[in-house]
This record gives sequence, structure tokens and C-alpha cells, in this order.
Amino acid sequence: MAFEDQRTTVYKIDPAHPESETLPTLRTEELLLNMGPQHPATHGVLKVILELEGERLVKSTPVLGYLHRGVEKLAEDGTYHQFIPHTDRLDYVCAMYNNFAYCRAVEKLMNITVPDCAEYLRTIVAEVQRIIGHQFWLGTQALDIGAMTVFFYCFRDREILMDWFDELCGARLTTSWYRIGGVERDFTPSLLDKLKQFLDYFPPKIDEYQVFLETNRIWIGRTKGVAIISAEDAVSFGLSGPTLRGSGVDYDLRKAQSYSAYPKCEFSVPLGKNGDTYDRYWIRVQELYESVKIIRQCLEQMQDGPIMADVPSVTLPPKQRVFTNLEAMIQQFKLFSQGFDAPPGEIYCGTEAHKGELGFYIVSTGGGKPYRLKIRAPSFIHMGAFDHMSRGYMISDAVTIFGTYDIVMGECDR
Amino acid sequence: MLLQELAGRLQDDFSAALVKTVEWRGELAVTVMRDRLHEVAQFLRNDPAMDFDYIVHVSSVDWPDDEERFEVVYEFYSIRKRHQIRLKTRVPESDCVVDSLTDIWKGADFMEREVYDMMGIRFRNHPDLRRILLPDDYTEGYPLRKDFPLRGKGWRDTFEFLDETAR
Repeated sequence: MAFEDQRTTVYKIDPAHPESETLPTLRTEELLLNMGPQHPATHGVLKVILELEGERLVKSTPVLGYLHRGVEKLAEDGTYHQFIPHTDRLDYVCAMYNNFAYCRAVEKLMNITVPDCAEYLRTIVAEVQRIIGHQFWLGTQALDIGAMTVFFYCFRDREILMDWFDELCGARLTTSWYRIGGVERDFTPSLLDKLKQFLDYFPPKIDEYQVFLETNRIWIGRTKGVAIISAEDAVSFGLSGPTLRGSGVDYDLRKAQSYSAYPKCEFSVPLGKNGDTYDRYWIRVQELYESVKIIRQCLEQMQDGPIMADVPSVTLPPKQRVFTNLEAMIQQFKLFSQGFDAPPGEIYCGTEAHKGELGFYIVSTGGGKPYRLKIRAPSFIHMGAFDHMSRGYMISDAVTIFGTYDIVMGECDR
Repeated sequence: MLLQELAGRLQDDFSAALVKTVEWRGELAVTVMRDRLHEVAQFLRNDPAMDFDYIVHVSSVDWPDDEERFEVVYEFYSIRKRHQIRLKTRVPESDCVVDSLTDIWKGADFMEREVYDMMGIRFRNHPDLRRILLPDDYTEGYPLRKDFPLRGKGWRDTFEFLDETAR
């Protein structure tokens, strides 16, 4: 890149008019600005080359891949079970949903039906993860735009759920709680109590977040009418999740595919009208209320039952039996060392994570390892629309636009 | 539209272009000839009964033993009609070029760049075909090809280790 050129002096003496030595003519040119990869507002290691005219963005070119770890290649080296912990590291603020999406894909490949109780557990935890994801998004988006208070409030409430995850599976971020065919362990009475307490505690707090932001003139000014994308463009770019629904497109996989326990719950899918940053914010806040509603209904409907499908050739035996029963131990050992024999074929399975459609495309040629595994990462696809959405806005709006995608580079670069 | 109807409709209109139609686990996968890919995709997008307006993902699979080594996989969804289709085409290694679908779905831009980066398949008429996840000056090939080593290139064996017990 001709970086030197950009630094040539703006004022130039016109040779035809030497008298202009005292009155320089103003030369205007476009300026290239590298934003990132170590910029605190780019949510990780993302670099964008901004072409500027004054302070307006003429063109922006995302430079991705700083966090590329070759996860898709790694998947070809391990068994299906062994890939679950890798999915935690994709979108590291939303690990449960990655586990969920992956397990659902493998279950579709293996044609396994998950028992009812496990479906409810999965739905509850997925919705808790959605709350965490949206809280994290709200806090950081507000922080980027300059409203610092909300960040602390969101993180205070997020901490309660993080501790709850800790008690559930022993980890706060890299959870690996979902298993192919079910879940790793059931809720304890203490976990249920804490979750119920949280459900009573949380809705007034959402009101509080909203009061903070919607009475803030700066927040309104920096989100309303910023980064507008029409419904047609949003669909054509393949955007998903709140970023798509902000433009008023009614597409939510929880409704469209009605997987897990979602068809048994009543909830609505909030839709935006203008397709701007404010609408996307509003949708995410409304989804917090909806998630609370879904969890409440699941807790009411849930009955005791098995938490793992009983397909011994694929699913893991209960942990207690592994330590006391020889066959169970052999089963566990064989599943982890050799994996299970998947039928040849290919499937795609998408799941509505809080960022958008997280999908796994798995090609199997038989045997214990996937032949090819492709991850449809919403963050990556959203970055494809960045140039389109940022044209004509200010540099400071670029930060708003990263934020509004809810971008996480671990997932974007894989 | 039901998958059978979808498949039947494609069979009627593009019988010469279709190579294979597979229905498995409730999904329809259609393999078309490479030079007809753009045409079929245009039809899927524009036909009112098809109406595939949403691009889900673009992917690629390497089959090193086959004559036509690479498989490019497109997946489309219709938000209004609620149906999904997988469109595939095969490319030989000697001439791995496919028509780009960026003029039909804008989102194909980044997705096709990723396929180029990872598998080395070039897309004709793509506006900005550069590497996306790997650095521009990366010269070690295309990592998702099956001949790219899965567990290192043997560099580790060339390292000299200090013998700590010898001291």
C-alpha cells in the first residue's frame, strides 16, 4: 500500500501562481485509515481499512483472519464427540449455543431423537445463554457509544448467570455441557431455585437498562437512523438474527424450524421497522423479556425423565454407571477413542443463536470422524455487509456498526 | 413447496443440466453441471414458486480420488416459502473455476472468498477475489484440501532439543 502518498502535505504551492506561496490552495484527497487490529472498540482483533472523505466513510474493507485457528480443519482430525469443546471457542461469550447447534447437527446426521426432559433442559440453558449474550452485547455496545453506566449494570446481572453456569457445569465460558443425544447432567434443586430467583429479579432490571439508554440523548442520537439496511438487502446479504429482524424480516429459526422445546412455548418474535441500529437494540431488549418467558414456561412444563437418548452406539452412558459398570466403561472408552460410526451422507443444520443463524454443514463418508465440517458463522457473514452498511456514515459510526452486529472474532475467523 | 415438487420442477426445467438429485434426512441436494450453475441459481432466485432469496452458506468439499476433484456447495433458503435447497457442482483440479453468484446474492461475496481462500477454487466475475482469513502473502497452499497435512509438516522433528539430563 502506498502509505507514503497519504502522508504528503495537504498544502501545495501552485507553480503557475507563485504569489500563492502565501495563499496555499487546498488540495483534497481521500485518506486511508487503518482501524484496528488492536483497537478497543473492534471487539477483538479486527482490522478495517477505512477510506475517508473528511470524516465520512467512502469505502471500508474488513481485513479478517487475525484469530483464524483452523477449526474446520481441526474437526477432521477428531471424533464427533471430541469437537464439542472446540465449539466453545468459536463464539466464546456464547459457548452453550455453539454446543447446542453442533449437537443438533450431529443428531440430525445420526437421526437421534432427544428425550423430552433433555429438550427442556437444553432450551432453558440456551435461553439463559441468550440472556447472557444480549447482556454482554448491550453492555459493550453502550460502552462503545459512550454510555458507561449500562455496562456495569449489565455485567452485574450477567455475573449471576455466569455463577449459575459455573455451578451447572464447572465453567463460566467454555462450558461443553451439551452432549450428542442429550446433556451432561441434570439441574440440581439449588440450580432450579437460583434460576427461579433470577427470573423474578431480572425483568425489572431490563426496564432499568432501557430507562438508562432511552432517556439518553446521545444514545438515541447515535443509534437512530444509523446503519440503515433495507429488508431486501439484509436478506440478500444473508444476515440473520436480530440484525435481520431489525429490518422487519420475520425469520427466526426457533419459529421456522421449531426445534427442541420451542414449539411447546409461547413467545413472540419482535420485529423492527426502520432497520437502523436503534431497532436492532430494541429487538434484543425485547428478546430478553421473551427469553424470561420461555424459561418460565419450560420450568413449568418440565417433567423428570432421562436426560440422554438411549442409543448405546452413539450416546454416552450415565456417568455414575461408568465408574461402577464394566460395560458402561467400555462403551464410554470406545466412544471417546474411536467415535461412533456415522452413516455416509451430508446434512446442514442451522440453530438460532443470539447473534443469528449458526449452522453446521457436515459431510460424512462413514467412520468416526467428519470428512468435512463447515461452520456457518453469523459474525463472518455480517461482516460481509459492513461496507454496504457503513458507506456515508462517520468514522465514529463504524464503531456502532461493529457493535450492532454483536461481532465476536473467534466465531468470525474460526 | 414439498421437496419432491421442488425436485420435480427442477427436473422438468433443467433435465439436461442436472447430474444428481439426492434427498436425505429431509434435505434436497441437487448437483448441476458447472456451466449451468449460474443459470440454475438465477432460476432458483427469480422463479416465483422457488423464491430462494436467502443464501445460507457457500462451502466446498475435496474428493482427491475423483476425477472432478472439488465440490462447491451452495445452500439457499426461501424466507417466504420456507423451503431449503442445496445446490452443488463439481470442478476438476486442472480448471477449478466456477461462475460467481455475487450478482444474485450479495452475501455470496465473502462466502465465496472464504472458499477461494480455504480450497483454492476461483470464482469467475467475483468483484474482489482475494484471500480473506489467511494473509495475502500466504504461499503454503489451501488448508482445507485433503493433501494439506492435518498434523503439521514435520517441522517439529527437525527441532534440536537440549538434552537436559546431560548437564
